[in-house]
Amino acid sequence: MTNHDSGPPAAKAVDLTKVYGAGDTQVVALDGVTVDFIASQFTAIMGPSGSGKSTLMHCMAALDTPTSGQVFIGDVELSALNDKKLTRLRRDRIGFVFQAFNLVPTLTARENITLPLDIAGTRVDRDWFETIISTVGLSDRLKHKPNELSGGQQQRVACARALLSKPEIVFADEPTGNLDSRSGAEVLAFLRRSVREFGQTIVMVTHDPGAAAHADRVLFLGDGRLVDEMIDPTAEKVLERMKGFDAVGTGQVG
Amino acid sequence: MLRATLKSLLARKLRLGMSAFAVVLGVAFVTGSYVFTDTLNRTFSDLFSDLHADVLVRPAAPEGQDSFAALAGTTSVSIPADLVGEIAALPGVADAYGEIESGGVGVLDQDGDIVGVMGGPGLGVGYDPDTFADDSVVTVVDGRGPEGPGEVAIDARTVDKAGLDVGDEVDLVTLGSEPRLSAELVGVLQFGGDDDGLAGATMTAFDMRTAQELFLDGEDAYTIISVIAASDVSAEELRDTVAAVLPDSLEASTGADVDDEMISAVEEGLGFFNTFLLVFAAVALFVGIFMILNTFSILVAQRSREMALLRALGARRSQITRSVMIESFVVGLIGSTLGLAAGLGLARLMQVIFGALGMEFSGSLVLAPRTVIVAFAVGIVVTMVAALAPARRASKVPPVAAMRDDMAITGSSRRNHGLLGGLLTAAGVAAMVAGLADAVPEALLFVGLGILTTFVGVALLAPIISVPLIQVITGWYSAAFGTTGRLARQNAMRNPRRTAATASALMIGLALVSAIAVVGASTKKSIDEALDEGLHADFVITNNTAGEPFSPTVADSARDIAGVDTVTSIRSAFAVVEGSQETITAIEPDAFAVASDFDIVEGSGDLAGGGAVVGDGREDDVAIGDTVTIEMAGASTEVPVIGYYDSDSPLLSGGYIVGFDTFTQVGAPTVDTTVLVIAASGAELGAIETGLTEATAELPMVTVRNHEDYRQSQRDELDQLLNIVYALLGLAILVAILGIVNTLALSVMERTREVGLLRAVGLSRRQLRTTIRLESIAIAVLGAVLGIGLGLGFGISLQRALADEGLASLDVPISQLVVFLVLAAVVGILAAVWPARRAARLNVLRAITTE
Repeated sequence: MTNHDSGPPAAKAVDLTKVYGAGDTQVVALDGVTVDFIASQFTAIMGPSGSGKSTLMHCMAALDTPTSGQVFIGDVELSALNDKKLTRLRRDRIGFVFQAFNLVPTLTARENITLPLDIAGTRVDRDWFETIISTVGLSDRLKHKPNELSGGQQQRVACARALLSKPEIVFADEPTGNLDSRSGAEVLAFLRRSVREFGQTIVMVTHDPGAAAHADRVLFLGDGRLVDEMIDPTAEKVLERMKGFDAVGTGQVG
Repeated sequence: MLRATLKSLLARKLRLGMSAFAVVLGVAFVTGSYVFTDTLNRTFSDLFSDLHADVLVRPAAPEGQDSFAALAGTTSVSIPADLVGEIAALPGVADAYGEIESGGVGVLDQDGDIVGVMGGPGLGVGYDPDTFADDSVVTVVDGRGPEGPGEVAIDARTVDKAGLDVGDEVDLVTLGSEPRLSAELVGVLQFGGDDDGLAGATMTAFDMRTAQELFLDGEDAYTIISVIAASDVSAEELRDTVAAVLPDSLEASTGADVDDEMISAVEEGLGFFNTFLLVFAAVALFVGIFMILNTFSILVAQRSREMALLRALGARRSQITRSVMIESFVVGLIGSTLGLAAGLGLARLMQVIFGALGMEFSGSLVLAPRTVIVAFAVGIVVTMVAALAPARRASKVPPVAAMRDDMAITGSSRRNHGLLGGLLTAAGVAAMVAGLADAVPEALLFVGLGILTTFVGVALLAPIISVPLIQVITGWYSAAFGTTGRLARQNAMRNPRRTAATASALMIGLALVSAIAVVGASTKKSIDEALDEGLHADFVITNNTAGEPFSPTVADSARDIAGVDTVTSIRSAFAVVEGSQETITAIEPDAFAVASDFDIVEGSGDLAGGGAVVGDGREDDVAIGDTVTIEMAGASTEVPVIGYYDSDSPLLSGGYIVGFDTFTQVGAPTVDTTVLVIAASGAELGAIETGLTEATAELPMVTVRNHEDYRQSQRDELDQLLNIVYALLGLAILVAILGIVNTLALSVMERTREVGLLRAVGLSRRQLRTTIRLESIAIAVLGAVLGIGLGLGFGISLQRALADEGLASLDVPISQLVVFLVLAAVVGILAAVWPARRAARLNVLRAITTE
């Protein structure tokens, strides 16, 4: 796999393998995946259910430990880190947006956004905070609790949180999976803008071709292997490629 | 539906276990008390059954005498020896022999301390070689029986404890004219067929003549005549035959009746103990109810989606309710069974502790059917009652909730509870105030009911008042702990009902502890003040076992000490006055009035004329000029009442007081219970104290105390009692702590996804533990603040209500209450250990993807 842009990768996986269970019930979720995530790029990971796309993201995001192979965030190799260091890494260098339940229900939107910085005891950069808030359009909702926000607003709060600590990479796991198309489009537009305007690196897992079309690059996974890659995708092209999975199955690169 | 219930129950073994645990503790406490007292009773029943001959002749017991007083009481009436021959000659009598039994004989070990503690009686008996040979109850197992003065035989267990061997010289103390004597141990006695102990008692046998010298002033007499029936005569027939020849002062009873009398005496004595334990069992259960209630509320809330799904699939509301009730039944059943087992363990533990304290009672534990029935009834009923409210709430879960993501059960019940709680609290406080203002008859009853009502009221109000309180308690969290502090604060407030219910369990325990602390401190202060004002003696000599008598020679030797001005004794005995059990006291009025207070408020205080005075406050019972009948075993005396005395005097109880002559005349033994010593003015107190201590050195059961030591000893006695109460309440607090553990653990399970999220965005394990710990502290301190506040109110109310009963001064032990508060915070930290560990160990990925 070659880089399409110059510059070092924000994160990379080298021969990443993840096996669940043992013996007859053994499932190979990732089968020797090697991939670079280029800095300041919006990468989407796609694939049918069970293709290993979520596992790949979890391993990359230090939420899960691979069976073998290496994960690098910047130049840090994760397998060398203990839980304490992994926690700090997640806190300081990685941002998360999950499909659902992104917010602590007892905290206001503002408190949720600043949570990782508060946990770290780091000062919040006022200007940066204001920039993000105005970008996601939440200025008037900051004092609200999560249950007073719509699903789209909640996800935008989650995005704002992910960006506030200026992480090296943001992982988003089906961020629009629970949203209607309009709210989903708002969230995706925001992620797109943060890449373009702030140079943020984003990796997003999705099964929605429309969502993947917002990315700079789409990686296709099948049966735990990287099977294809698409630059400057459109929804139609992605959909076409996904249909190929249904027809041909897996294993065919190109 | 039933299968669905049981399956969901089994799928949650941990939660099941935690909710059953509250039941286990409550039931264990109840059954433990029952099993322990049953076992104790059985031990004594065994000890006292078949103990006596067919018929016994004893000094007649007055009507109305408590059997406990009969067992403890002593009398100076004896049975002349020639009566034995007279009875032996009666038709139907196979044999008759005189015996001597007396109390107050202590065996000293090599360190000069009395063997046996906890006031176990020291029996002194007369040894008759003929009867001891026949007697299957007491036998000589080693050496021989005593044959003359200077020889004794002692029971095996005491010999063992004192480290004696046959042939050793043994020191003894008695109540008689020779308070201390030494004799050669010539034999070892065994009591009962096997190695059963005397339940703490010791037995020393003298030869009959020596026993008469020691206990009956040398008269040729006995205290008991045992009569054996001829083979064709029943005990009842024999009793009637014997009774016909007895003077009025003596009575004949069958041995079986005497056995029963002694057994019921013991049961009476232990009944108090049993009640005491059951009260604490009730407190433990009450606290347990809160814990069960809380646990079920949480379990139901967590399963609201599951229940909504069942409702959506067509389950009726009643089916949902029934499902929860069945669940609670199963929990109650399991909890009761385990609780019963734990109760047996608890009883065994107490048996061991009592054994270690010298009150050995052997034998297996007694598990009466009643105990089993009560255990299951209490455990199951309590659990089901506690589950009723959550069950009803569960049935109200709308089917649509199954489709919703986050489900919150709230509603009007909280407001209704608040209203009810407010009304109850107001009513309770009003009742207390009315009681305290003496605006109503039965003031104490009003105060008591007021306290109970306030308890329930505040418990219901707790969810509402807990919010501002938690805000205050956790006010410093954010500043001190930043985000973790803020998260903890929010978590403590997010479900006020749950937080309040958890805290309520602790509140109850701490309210009782604080109330007792206030009453205890006030009692100490009142005693101190009463003694300051009302005790003028420089030294007080008492028996180490409160209320037990000692030889009058102590007072005599005190008189001989240089610098001593006045020595006066107080004597007391159980007696039946006008048909009811009383303690009568004898004093020397003039000397006593110097050493303490003896103020006559009406009538005369001249006891020398043979009259009696009674405390003021009993004017309704008895009028001056009345004649009262004072009865002791074998004696009945008419005594005129000549006056009322001020019963605030610290050494007088308010009962009947007579002069020494009258005391002897009514049949009470000539032994002292307290000796008061006043130094001559200008005398060196230290020298007198040394003199008194030396003079009593040979009687180890007697202690000389100066004024301050005596005050301290009164405080210590109270402290001992308070410590027992605290220890028992501590168990209630233990239940409360487990309640906090339970609630926290369940809350953490409920928030698994949230915990996962926090960990994912960078909350470290340590920070997570801190958050849970801070939440736990907030709950515990909330319980403590509510409990201490209530306890303070209750304690002050009780002091006010009892102000006339000797609790004159209020003392609020602030430092002690602060210690309780700090301990509560520590309790919070401890309760969080396990839930925090569990939460920290959660796998981040699995937590965040959990449903």
